[in-house]
Amino acid sequence: MNKSGIIDIELWQLIAAYAYVIVLLVIVRIMGIKREKIIVVSSIRMTLQLIIAGYVLIYLFNHPSFWLLLLLFFLMEGFAINNTFKRVKVPLNKELKKIIAYSLVGGTTISLAYFLLVVTGNDTWNNPRYFIPIAGMLIGNSMTGISLGINRLIDGMRTERDRIEGALMLGATPKMASKDIVNKAFDASILPTINSMLGMGIVFLPGMMTGQILSGTSPLIAIKYQIAIMLGILGSVAFTVLIFVHRAYKVFFNKDAQLLLPEDTTVNE
Amino acid sequence: MCMESPNNEKAVFTLKEVKFKDILYIKKLAIKEKKTTAIVGKSGSGKTTLLKLLNKLISPDSGIIYYRDTPLEAIDAVTLRREVVMMPQTPVIFEGNIRENLLIGIQFSEKKLPADDQLYDMLKAVGLDKKLDEPVHQLSGGEKQRLALARVMLMEPHVWLLDEPSSALDKNTEDEVMQKMMNFGKRNESTIIFVTHSTPMAWKYAEEIIEIENGEIVAIKQNQHE
Repeated sequence: MNKSGIIDIELWQLIAAYAYVIVLLVIVRIMGIKREKIIVVSSIRMTLQLIIAGYVLIYLFNHPSFWLLLLLFFLMEGFAINNTFKRVKVPLNKELKKIIAYSLVGGTTISLAYFLLVVTGNDTWNNPRYFIPIAGMLIGNSMTGISLGINRLIDGMRTERDRIEGALMLGATPKMASKDIVNKAFDASILPTINSMLGMGIVFLPGMMTGQILSGTSPLIAIKYQIAIMLGILGSVAFTVLIFVHRAYKVFFNKDAQLLLPEDTTVNE
Repeated sequence: MCMESPNNEKAVFTLKEVKFKDILYIKKLAIKEKKTTAIVGKSGSGKTTLLKLLNKLISPDSGIIYYRDTPLEAIDAVTLRREVVMMPQTPVIFEGNIRENLLIGIQFSEKKLPADDQLYDMLKAVGLDKKLDEPVHQLSGGEKQRLALARVMLMEPHVWLLDEPSSALDKNTEDEVMQKMMNFGKRNESTIIFVTHSTPMAWKYAEEIIEIENGEIVAIKQNQHE
């Protein structure tokens, strides 16, 4: 136990935690599921990434700098944008990639600014201890949300071609004709966040709150943070996806309000 | 430019050297205003493509299409489609009930919504004895087609583009619905352009019959039944 009363995990205890991975490897080998490599790779990657993140955080906590925080923020956004491109099942054209990038940056920046300036306040916008984890949670969840939204939107535009063209034939604008698909894409994006909120506190204790409690924070403070961050995540996902869907549907139509063929909208340029 | 057909009747659409992929090539065509025109031809001959071109749902690779006196490319597509409404062969039915499906065209066109009485009149005109609150998923193929027809009629467009409008109807219903629809169109001085694979049907209802084969017009015939 250290000075603040928190039980530190000794190195041998951490190594003991890896015993689970070895058990898992044995099980998948016995069952003939060929996933040994990815389990080992992901465990090693996770370990290395977190060690690096830990040292980066220690450096930033000891040398607080707004410019360094900003750099880190844009690095996180860059990784999130790149990850989103990879998560989409079909190749994206330049226009869609551009919309994804500015929706993600726009939606998360608005939410992060509001959260740090209004909700937590007290100069937390400049404090790496608040800025980094909150930015990480908002960006990470928005990335998942927008990925689901893109897949749903592209899928809808392909499978519901007849319905969209049927609406256009009756004088609908592209916005009217794709309204249902846009709404379903938005729905698909925020559903995981909504489900997570519904189960929170009953089915599971969320990660941030668990972390705070383990590190000695009062559960009452921890729940206040958790409530605030969940609402922040919901807002961030919703903003990001709203910006995205309200721009992205236009990519599927030309200037004559004609629905483009799938190969015209999803091929890399 | 004066857009008149050879016998000095005003043309609603004039096509010149219109080409679309390898599907359709029309050297010259004038479709008369306020008349009923049938486009006949075998499956795959380019009939539906012609309707889509007139609805500006697709654009020709070359050539020019005039709507009245204006080239289509100079007309906003959405504005055009609110005057020149198309009904596809497989009717598009939207989620919801019969009322919502009847009104959706008017809503798209941002016009004033009619009262329920008018909606019932329209259902009667297409021989559909249904309540407005009934969900659409229970309707048969023929009923869906009649609902889609009623939706177009309710919009009172200047030009109706109908792709095989009676393909899902049985013979008796077909005659009744087509006759009522034609009468309604005449009363409103609408131009009706319909695609059919059935030559007898074309001769029964159309004043002019355009025959298409392999994407080209092979004959334009006048029908003197009036």
